[in-house]
Amino acid sequence: MSTKEQRERIELLQGTLDLLILRTLLLGPTHGHAIAKAIQFNSDEVLQVEQGSLYPALHRLIKRGWISAEEGTSENNRRAKFYRLTVKGRRQLAVETSKWDKLAAAIAQILRPTEQEGES
Amino acid sequence: MTRRDRMMKDLDQDIREHIAIETQDNIDRGMSPEEARYAAVRKFGNVTRVQEDTRDVWTFVWLEQLGQDIRYALRMLRKAPGFTAVAVLTIALGIGATTAIFSLVDATLLHPLPYPHPEQLVRVVDDLPGVGAQDVGMSVPEWHDLQRSGIFEYVSLAVYGPVNLTGSSQPTRAHYSGVAPNYFALLGVKPQLGRTFDPEDQTPGFTLEVLISDGLWKRSFAANPGILGKSLRLDDDLYTVIGVMPAGYHDPGRTSEQRNTEVWAAVGFAVPGRTPPLRNRRRTGATAIARIKPGLTIAAAQSQLDALVASLQKEFPEDYPLQSAWTVRLVPLKETVVGNARQSLILLLGAVGLLLLIGCVNVANLLLARASARGREMAVRQALGAARKRLISQLLTEGLLLSLVGGLAGLAILFCTRGFLVRLVPDSLPRLNDISINWAVLLFALGASLVAGAIFGLAPALHAGRVDLTLALKQEGRGSTGSREQGRTRRALVVTEFALSLVLMIAAGLLLRSFWDLLNVSLGFNPQNVMAVRTWLPEPNDPKTDMYGTPAQEAPFLRELLRRGRTLPGVEEIALGNRASIPLNHDPTQSPLVLEGREIQSKQPPLVETSSVTPDYFHLLGATLQRGRLFGEMDNETAPPVAVINEAFARTYWPSSDPLGEHLKLSPEDSAWTTVVGVIADARTESLVESSVPQVYLSLYQAPSQGASKELVIFLRGRLDPAATPVQLREQVQAVNPELPVFGAQTLNDALSASLSERRFSMEMVGLFALTALLLAGLGIYGVISYIVSERTHEIGIRLALGAQSRNILRMVLRQGLGLAIAGAAVGFVCALIVSHLMAGLLYGVRPTDPVTFAGVALLLIGVALLASYIPARRAIRVDPLVALRHE
Repeated sequence: MSTKEQRERIELLQGTLDLLILRTLLLGPTHGHAIAKAIQFNSDEVLQVEQGSLYPALHRLIKRGWISAEEGTSENNRRAKFYRLTVKGRRQLAVETSKWDKLAAAIAQILRPTEQEGES
Repeated sequence: MTRRDRMMKDLDQDIREHIAIETQDNIDRGMSPEEARYAAVRKFGNVTRVQEDTRDVWTFVWLEQLGQDIRYALRMLRKAPGFTAVAVLTIALGIGATTAIFSLVDATLLHPLPYPHPEQLVRVVDDLPGVGAQDVGMSVPEWHDLQRSGIFEYVSLAVYGPVNLTGSSQPTRAHYSGVAPNYFALLGVKPQLGRTFDPEDQTPGFTLEVLISDGLWKRSFAANPGILGKSLRLDDDLYTVIGVMPAGYHDPGRTSEQRNTEVWAAVGFAVPGRTPPLRNRRRTGATAIARIKPGLTIAAAQSQLDALVASLQKEFPEDYPLQSAWTVRLVPLKETVVGNARQSLILLLGAVGLLLLIGCVNVANLLLARASARGREMAVRQALGAARKRLISQLLTEGLLLSLVGGLAGLAILFCTRGFLVRLVPDSLPRLNDISINWAVLLFALGASLVAGAIFGLAPALHAGRVDLTLALKQEGRGSTGSREQGRTRRALVVTEFALSLVLMIAAGLLLRSFWDLLNVSLGFNPQNVMAVRTWLPEPNDPKTDMYGTPAQEAPFLRELLRRGRTLPGVEEIALGNRASIPLNHDPTQSPLVLEGREIQSKQPPLVETSSVTPDYFHLLGATLQRGRLFGEMDNETAPPVAVINEAFARTYWPSSDPLGEHLKLSPEDSAWTTVVGVIADARTESLVESSVPQVYLSLYQAPSQGASKELVIFLRGRLDPAATPVQLREQVQAVNPELPVFGAQTLNDALSASLSERRFSMEMVGLFALTALLLAGLGIYGVISYIVSERTHEIGIRLALGAQSRNILRMVLRQGLGLAIAGAAVGFVCALIVSHLMAGLLYGVRPTDPVTFAGVALLLIGVALLASYIPARRAIRVDPLVALRHE
């Protein structure tokens, strides 16, 4: 029973999480924990990413060639994987961002037809 | 280490690192280390799932599932060896037979011309539709015109015939071809040794150089690499060998003799010192082939050629009278080589395809039966959460695996038996390419296996998802008996099988009847106890050295031959004739016919079948004289020339008058007229299929062998020993002239059966396929009825317990089988009607809707169905009511 629910949640998060990771890495290469923290911090703690689910997403992005991974040293001097946005990933981020904008606008338009000029 | 393994190792490190940092953060926020670590792990989530999800990113899920499916399918097949053996064998037979026929089709129909750019090769055919003559041969000036026309890269002429090859232990005859020097340049073939002729050679007459085939080189010269420059004696002339053609090279001829040419000489098609060849002197029997200029289509070349023909007709109105309507036609060389074998081959391919389909249906039925036995297994797996998609892909994998194993087995059988199978193929079937199991054939076998597997794997797969879980699981112990729907599918499959078998059986039946009719056709001559042995009179290039050049020179030799032949043991009658006089086993030998009083046609005369024979020929073959007289010994070289014609000839040229005493000439250049002295009844000596072909016979004493008719045939009738007689005859012939080869001994019955070889081949093949199909259909109906009976054991038990007669039970079961068979026959009838009309061209003496064949085949099929149902039906009536009722 619970399997099904979890799967739905992952799928719901999937595309969005990819977008957020790409956006975070735009600021520069960093390691997994820092990405999780950044997403949390930049969204004013609204978005609670289940930290573990970050890793399958990171690997998916590596496989697609949008980010790359390299060895590095974390702030407290430990060996860690650093993820870096590739050129392809940068392009993809632009595409995904504009897609997201359109989607958000469209949904907003449907949900609040009267305020269409105001917000979006 | 794969990329996945590497990435997974990195992930573990990453996760450790992540949790360490988070723990450190928590400690910094004032938690105790233990608390901090616990909070970090909780925040991270389920580590195992993160690992699994990440692993999935790096896995081809379908590939792993396929691996699982294959392993599982293998296990299932191993667990049911009986089923697997039957299914694999059925598929192996189907795929093996289909692939065998395909390899034949591949070598003949698909790639008939093993030369570079075969699409540019055409045969050039001269027709005179105005006088109803086709393929009349090309004259030498016309050949030159075509070469200069700019339409063709090369135009070449070839004449075929046997030649005496002397110098080895025994004079032999070789298949010979005199070709224009550009012949091999045109075909684009290089020799394996030496060189070919110089295409620019303009030497008139024969260039005394020859090319020999790989076969002759190995047979007569022990593959001696020093053969180049050696001399070869052909018909008393010495030739120098300049090259050896590669193994597997064949001429693009129309008969198997032409295709198996062994010696090629370059011919200039012009005789030095004689008048230039005439425009209307056509080289009958010469084959003109051409290679169209690159970039030109055959249609475009044809239209340019039409324009050329029109202008030539204007330029030489004398040679091309309007009423003969001379045309020149380009036929793709491929078509002229394949000829009418195409229809037979397509029929064979269709028949074997049907057989494969029937095999597939049978295996589908077996798989369905098994699927219903495995219904519980499927239900359990589904109940445990297996997706329907996974179950279907599992069953499809089993089907495909079965078909691939079957296909491999079929190929293995084919590979082991290929030598035997190739020998079954009649020589008359055109194949310039060797029949081989090449890539195209392998690909075909793979494709056929996959399609077959998809066909029979699909049936159980489609049913797999529709199992009613509660029902299936409630059934105890035994497998579920399968849904009503599954039973319907199985019945539909059997009906299909019967319909397909009926189509095959009817095709085979019609071919068999045609063949039977041909065998029993009234020949008009008597081939029993007759043997034909051939010899070949040398034909030296210089007519002055020809010792048999004139009737006066040849006739005494013929009489000596007759006298000596008559002394042989067992010989009752003996006669001589030229090559054209052998019934049923020669190429058409036509002469231009000129009738006295109708010379107006003589510019483009009609062609008529001509042979030369000695007087006893007619009696020896049992010909019936209708009017006038036959030849006698007085019709010799000094007497006025006479002719005997057949009724068809008389009907065609003197429909309303008496032909006796009329005069004709069989060559426009002859000065003397030949008088018709007798008319004989029509006989099928030209073709078994045609009852009447106009024919004219000349006296051999008066019309000595010429050109392609230098072959002399000795006919013997009596109690002959097929092994000893030719040897004794050779001694007698060579006692007269030791240079003469004696070869090609054949009884007329053999010649008769050889002329039917292609028909026999397709009849036997289709018949074999049809019998196999019948067997499979019988097995299919047996399976279904057995299944129905076992499903109804309980019910039958009740019926018996309530007092039903076993006769009634028997009838009830048989009715089921009969119903299926009749439904199948009805569907098959409609298909068979279509198929039989398509194959009308292959039939003889029997209509495509022959009621006897249709009814007979239908009855046979129904009989088989009843028999196949009877066995399970008997089991049904032996059911012990007590046992049956306790059942379940």
